[in-house]
Amino acid sequence: MIYLRLFLEFFKTGLFSVGGGLATIPFLYELSAKTGWFSYEELANMMAVSESTPGPMGVNMATYVGFETAGVPGSICATIGLVTPSVIIILIIAKALHAFRSNRYVDAAFYGIRPCSLGLIAAAGAIVAKIALLNIDLFKQTGLFTDLVNIRALILAAALLVLTRAVKFTKNLHPLWFIAFSAIMGILLKY
Amino acid sequence: MPILFDLFVTFAKVGVCTFGGGYAMLPILEREVVSNKGWATMDELLDYYAVGQCTPGIIAVNTATFIGNKHKGIPGSICATLGMIFPSLVIILIIASVLSNFADIPAVQSAFAGIRVCVCVLIFNAIIKLWKSVVKDMYSLICVLAVFLLSIFLDISPVIFVLLSAVCGILIKTAEVRSK
Repeated sequence: MIYLRLFLEFFKTGLFSVGGGLATIPFLYELSAKTGWFSYEELANMMAVSESTPGPMGVNMATYVGFETAGVPGSICATIGLVTPSVIIILIIAKALHAFRSNRYVDAAFYGIRPCSLGLIAAAGAIVAKIALLNIDLFKQTGLFTDLVNIRALILAAALLVLTRAVKFTKNLHPLWFIAFSAIMGILLKY
Repeated sequence: MPILFDLFVTFAKVGVCTFGGGYAMLPILEREVVSNKGWATMDELLDYYAVGQCTPGIIAVNTATFIGNKHKGIPGSICATLGMIFPSLVIILIIASVLSNFADIPAVQSAFAGIRVCVCVLIFNAIIKLWKSVVKDMYSLICVLAVFLLSIFLDISPVIFVLLSAVCGILIKTAEVRSK
């Protein structure tokens, strides 16, 4: 039963991802590897759409993945699954908010988890980088190291890094602008 | 307007106005929930945020649940949460169904190839930002690197890493208290 499965997988994602939208990404890669419902490449595309549309990124991702996997009912199951653990946990905590915030063990557990979340996000980032910047398939065919790296993608990445980090005028622009710019460059450079 | 419906509509508005979630949402929540509706004070909102950051799940949903619960108990929390996710559902469903019709066009594929490079850079920037706020001592440095390498080279579920690191945190903090 795919709807129940979607609900449960996203319930798990909601329960274990700490620190907002990006933290859900490693779980979605695991889901992709485990089920084959969608490819890594499709996941990267969905991330772009989720970042450039309104709403929390995690919710957008759940809706998109659910829809691609099992249509409109799938998207609803995935999204409800994602938010259910939050609602339950917060309802429990709300009764004793201050006791929770000052609890030594809670504090210690999250001291432990925060760098772990970062490590998981970085590993997910490495998968995106592999898809976006390297030509693994072409390299396997030709065996040439010059074919391994996608030069045009690398130049675009370098340009984007400069625009998002160094240039004062563009640094604080909304990510939407960079995504639109990259789409146009993708069409012009014909990847 | 009945308050349950009002909770739904207000959080739907917050959902439409935010891109990316998390901190981007704070100014809009402040305007809608604190200034317009008076449902929470700014201090309460920051408390909710702090808890939302260190509990599992989406921060936006955690905050909506807190405020809904404060005003109308469990039904309130459900209405606020549904309001928060409603715009995402509608907007993404429209985009996804349109995109799946155009996905085979070469120009669309090239555009997405370019966009994937951008996603990669955006994640890199987010990681740098997180690194600055998270990596502060020996444990956090080792943990980030170990989790990064292990999850790239081994096929282990993220759940295992999260649980193990929570145990590590508790052990380290307990040891610190004892040694004092």
